[in-house]
Amino acid sequence: MKKLNYDIVVIGGGPAGMAAALEARKAGIEKILICERGSKLGGILEQCIHNGFGLQYFKEELTGPEYATRFSDQVEASDIDVKVNTMVLDIQEDKKVIAVSRTDGLFEVETKAVILAMGCRERTRESITIPGDRPAGVMTAGTAQRYVNINGYLPGKEIVILGSGDIGLIMARRMTFEGANVKGVLELMPYSTGLVRNKVQCLDDFGIPLYLSHTITKIHGKQRVEAVSIAEVDENKNPIPETEITVPCDTLLLSVGLVPENELSKKVGVELDPVTKGAVTDEKRRTSVDWVFACGNVLHVHDLVDNVTQEAELAGNAAAGYIKGTYQPRKNPIKMTPGNNIGYVVPQAINFDDPSQKAIKLYMRVKSPKENIKMVIKSDKGDVLAEFKKDIVEPGSMVNLTLPTMKLTEDISGITVSCEE
Amino acid sequence: MKTDVLIIGGGVIGSAIAHQLCKYNVDVTLVEKESDVCTGTSKANSSMLHDGYNVDKHKLKGQLCLKATKEIYADLCRDLHVDLNIIGSIVAGFEDKDMETINHQMEMAKENGIQGMKILTREEMLAAEPNMNPEVKFGLLNPNTGVLNPFELTMGLAENAVLNGAKVYLNTEVTDIVVKDQKIDSVVTTNGTFYPKVVINSAGLYSDKIAAMAEEIDFTVKPRKGQYFLFDKQFGDHVKHAIYSAPTAFSKGMIILPTTEGNILAGSNAEMLDDKTDFSTTADALNNIYGTMIHKLYPKLPRMGDVTTTFSGLRAVSNTEDFIIAHAKTVRGMINLAGIQSPGLSSAPAIAEMVEGLVREVGQDLDWSEKKDYVIGRPEPIVLNKLSYEERSQLIAENPDYGQIICRCESISKGEILDAIRRPIPATSLDSIKRRTRAGMGRCQGGFCGPRVVGIIEQELGISPLEVTKRGKESRILAMRAKELALQEGGSHEKIKL
Repeated sequence: MKKLNYDIVVIGGGPAGMAAALEARKAGIEKILICERGSKLGGILEQCIHNGFGLQYFKEELTGPEYATRFSDQVEASDIDVKVNTMVLDIQEDKKVIAVSRTDGLFEVETKAVILAMGCRERTRESITIPGDRPAGVMTAGTAQRYVNINGYLPGKEIVILGSGDIGLIMARRMTFEGANVKGVLELMPYSTGLVRNKVQCLDDFGIPLYLSHTITKIHGKQRVEAVSIAEVDENKNPIPETEITVPCDTLLLSVGLVPENELSKKVGVELDPVTKGAVTDEKRRTSVDWVFACGNVLHVHDLVDNVTQEAELAGNAAAGYIKGTYQPRKNPIKMTPGNNIGYVVPQAINFDDPSQKAIKLYMRVKSPKENIKMVIKSDKGDVLAEFKKDIVEPGSMVNLTLPTMKLTEDISGITVSCEE
Repeated sequence: MKTDVLIIGGGVIGSAIAHQLCKYNVDVTLVEKESDVCTGTSKANSSMLHDGYNVDKHKLKGQLCLKATKEIYADLCRDLHVDLNIIGSIVAGFEDKDMETINHQMEMAKENGIQGMKILTREEMLAAEPNMNPEVKFGLLNPNTGVLNPFELTMGLAENAVLNGAKVYLNTEVTDIVVKDQKIDSVVTTNGTFYPKVVINSAGLYSDKIAAMAEEIDFTVKPRKGQYFLFDKQFGDHVKHAIYSAPTAFSKGMIILPTTEGNILAGSNAEMLDDKTDFSTTADALNNIYGTMIHKLYPKLPRMGDVTTTFSGLRAVSNTEDFIIAHAKTVRGMINLAGIQSPGLSSAPAIAEMVEGLVREVGQDLDWSEKKDYVIGRPEPIVLNKLSYEERSQLIAENPDYGQIICRCESISKGEILDAIRRPIPATSLDSIKRRTRAGMGRCQGGFCGPRVVGIIEQELGISPLEVTKRGKESRILAMRAKELALQEGGSHEKIKL
């Protein structure tokens, strides 16, 4: 087995992995390896051929591949090593990463730090246990996106979409462009779970109806999907039998949520947050294992790649700082707690050991939509550290708030973020 | 086409019979209507190896189950490289009255000559099953019960038959059986006409239909549907034994067990149907199985989320509720097997032996000498996850395809997928590849590897991706090339209106 030696191994060459590697390189780390399981850098952006990427980070509107190229060009111009078509199989507690590829075979990398940037996967029909027959023609929106945009094949002609997640909305438009008839999008929740702009640009503009508080109750078809039964759900999300109707279609696409891919993280003992399903990290994206860092969708599922990039830069910088011994995390970090109507907050803790950091960005999702509210960041001493007025907050749009670090005094041991009327 | 013995149906029974007869210089042909072997009852069941401790030995199914001992199975699984774990089973008692069931089962075990049964106290139960609901009161342990991989067993039996000269025709459905002078003349299929000396009808759910093509029959076969949950591998060691819930007023007892592959399998209910093609799951049954059994026994297992899949199996139930294994009543040269429900998997080797006896009765003129070049078992399929890192390195050096991971959830390589396509019974659909390699059987259920496996099938078989199916026939994955539909005029624009 081949043995290699690096300072940092970045697992995943999508937007998170690339930005983290570049930032660590900028911070002076010389021996960096990116392992990417796909055939080139870019990750899922490769199949996201629509535009809307980069509005925040580059202040321009790019397609997914264009956004990825901005970073992959820099990586290729640098001395960061990249291994594509390479699958990491294990991260061992003795700081060894085991990976495999056609060209290198099975190999072992001894490293000083690891940055987790594996991204996420889509929830499946099976994981939400939609009852009925089990024909061909049921797939996740992201798989359909790959078939259409990479392979050049259409999965079906008469489409029903379950779930108003962003990939589902994007695919509603994409399938329409391809001449397919998207008959409608059903959402279990009483609100859309994707970005507002995607609902407008991908459904409303094409006359595709979105039915909230509706779900699929049965899939019909022995060989290929022939129809789906749909029904309205009550406040407990149970289908109301009287409302059930059957809709003929040949394809059911699912956009019912994303789950961070943390199987490797678990192997090395990284503590996970039961809500985000990603690592528990501090403001520098340090995990519970001091040489392991996490960023991007493997940490928590983002709506915008721009936020992924910023988060990855934090992780890359922190990994470099760890190797150089720049930072000294607190013994008792400030614990972040989601308060009223807040599902989760990332980071889950603040160590505040980097005096150059003037502000800390807090990322969170609300549990239910609210209008005209205040987002309040409060210390466990009862002091309001920051307060933000919001016209509207929705679970489908991640909220980020800036916490000025000058407010972080030594006596604070906990901070709560809440939605207040 | 001439053949000595024509076996109809490539489930575990048909495959076991082919495996049995191929030891001799008998020409064996197996026809299967689906695109692969192991697609019916053999594919979706509890995967258990029963020792027969609670069978009725006055019934044929009881006798055959007791005859196929775990020693016989251990040898078979060793030769065929099929995973078999003797994990033991426990009947879990949560009510005082469950002790009656346990005492009754103890009696039956004694009568059936089963050794090693033991009543467990609550403390012993929780020591054996630390994740079980602590409200459990007692249990009955049978150390002899096993689990095996039913796909690999069926595949192994059929592959061994092919290696020993049997011919297997897939996508070949029997449409008629021609009888002349009360003897089998020919069997007409969608893939040509066969002229066998002996016909073995092991068509599972359809064995009544096949039997009725030859003569008037006095039995029926109906499907009894059972639904199952399969949980993510992260729960792999959550359950240690095969756990039976004690029978209740609503159910005759369900089972939850760790599979040989490291998932947790739980089910099933039992529902008599008329439709033999209804493999659907239903919300009511899944809720019921989860609520009355899974959640009660192992409260930490989720209703959804870390569920890998849910599925239904159809058991072939005869009107006698026993196995029917006999010569056709009025036609010489035809042997019918019907109603092979549980413990059919456990009994398979004994059934095959019994059928050999029946074939010998009508096939005296066949060449019953043993094959000189008989191949025992089959070559061991390469499964990278079972190998050490050093062994894997060696393989990748010889063949880089083993270094290219296609299924990320289960870490299955391109080499293993190509092997599955090239095995003696080729995998040509996504589900066939899944059953042989586990590619697509993990937590993303083929979301990642699906398009990639379609590409491998396309290249290896030289077909269009539009011809690639989930499980043969019309189960195509893709509809058409991109852009083609956009260029067509008209088309439907009908939306859902509520």
